[in-house]
Amino acid sequence: MKVTICIGSSCHLKGSRQVVESLQKLVADNKLEDKVELSGTFCIGKCQQGVCVNVDDEFFSVSPETVNEFFNTQILAKV
Amino acid sequence: MRKFDTKVQHLKYKVLREVARHAWDDSLYDKILDIPSIISPGKTPTMRCCVYKERAILTERVKLAMGGDKSNPNVIEVIDIACDECPAAGYEVTDSCRGCLAHRCEDVCKRGAITFDQYHVAHIDKSKCVECGQCAKVCPFSAIANRKRPCQNACKVKAISINSNNAAHIDNSKCISCGACVYQCPWGAISEKSFILDVIATLKASKSGNNKVYAVVAPTISSQFTYAKLGQVITGLKELGFHTVIEAALGADMVALSESKELVEKGFLTSSCCPAFVMYIQKTFPELVPFISHNPSPMTAISEHIKKMDPTAKVVFIGPCTAKKMEFQLDSVKPFVDSVITFEELQALFDSKGVDITELDEGVLDNASYFGRIFARCGGLSDAVTEALKEQGIEDFVLKAFACDGIEECRTALLKKSKNVLDANFIEGMACVGGCIGGAGCLTHGEKNKSEVDKYGREALEKTILDATSVLNM
Repeated sequence: MKVTICIGSSCHLKGSRQVVESLQKLVADNKLEDKVELSGTFCIGKCQQGVCVNVDDEFFSVSPETVNEFFNTQILAKV
Repeated sequence: MRKFDTKVQHLKYKVLREVARHAWDDSLYDKILDIPSIISPGKTPTMRCCVYKERAILTERVKLAMGGDKSNPNVIEVIDIACDECPAAGYEVTDSCRGCLAHRCEDVCKRGAITFDQYHVAHIDKSKCVECGQCAKVCPFSAIANRKRPCQNACKVKAISINSNNAAHIDNSKCISCGACVYQCPWGAISEKSFILDVIATLKASKSGNNKVYAVVAPTISSQFTYAKLGQVITGLKELGFHTVIEAALGADMVALSESKELVEKGFLTSSCCPAFVMYIQKTFPELVPFISHNPSPMTAISEHIKKMDPTAKVVFIGPCTAKKMEFQLDSVKPFVDSVITFEELQALFDSKGVDITELDEGVLDNASYFGRIFARCGGLSDAVTEALKEQGIEDFVLKAFACDGIEECRTALLKKSKNVLDANFIEGMACVGGCIGGAGCLTHGEKNKSEVDKYGREALEKTILDATSVLNM
């Protein structure tokens, strides 16, 4: 599973660093390093909906507040 | 609304704008011969002796706007017919000499070059004069002037001489492409090649293809386009067709981290951010080349990262610098940076497309930390290296930085290092006075530029270098 987090300006201001750090920790805590590949991108083109995250080709709008729920439902439940 | 420092810049801008306008709609090759008379219309000359000379020079400017002389590797070129063959006689006594009694000029001249006529008026014997300037300094009437060509005065690496046609000539083996002569020539007779046609072609291709074009902007942008908001410049770039805009300052954060580690390992370094400074060391102090930091410049560091994330990306660097136009052509940089333009050229691109940035919504630009952003002014890089050492917990290394801006200061530091009498372990070298904010490709240069850069630095969301760069570690 490939998870791409936008680190462009707009998403950065909405907390993409916190989202990245949380996902890195959650992936490590759940020992999913082999199954989940985290990567960054500069701008997915949906700046209004940031922090923009793509799971494979599916788009999600995530925030530092919703990142745990996002991980549980979209990553942990599906790997 | 004041966009430029000088009318020379304004003229260059008009040529670039016209060339770009026709390039966007594919009519350049039909309209190319019309451009000089569009800019210099009618029969009354406004700049030179006649409209025909004006148009002949404009034709040369069009050539430069289209990439210039491909056989000349230097991006800085002299437009021979635009060179006004300024007086270059050196020190001369002017009409202000009153034939005084004191004759301080005579006493101070160690070469005996000063003589007096029957009216006691001073004269300089050119066969004896060594151009030391002491006579001019001591004259109470400021009657001795130094007639030096502005280009030669500006060129601190002494790359400009006068050729057999009495026009300026650039010695490519000495030139560091800093652009000081470009900015200082009052006739606009020295100019830099433009790659705007490549940029327009890349942007047009991205519309139909899959290659996204990324704009990497230098932190100096915070002191430019002062008639609008920075956020409007960002939106303007997207209107032109750039996919997104990224701060070169994030590359500066990356460089600060790796450069501080390299410094600790090697014990002495010179910076490698400024391509003109690097070229200066290579051409004038080859024995010091081993001390140049092996780090890429911030432009190259961030561009390499962009291409790692998106291998099909095209990257255009936009900054204040003419020497970057040399850097991106290096074999080590070519794979990462596709083209380089200046803020002057960006203004022309906006206007060629009818993009009035003052009418646009404000976009955002926030990738780097305070420390990455202050690279734009002298001393910023040294501050960032100090911070990087601290953040990485390296406490047993004491940084002794020598921050120099302007080639003359750089020369002093390098000369001391070559003689082993430099009391520092790090030379921060910036070829332009003030740092990048003094760059030749800036729209405007002003007292406030440094404080604008510092203010922009303080506005960064991330307060530390490690926080700003953490998102890159995926």
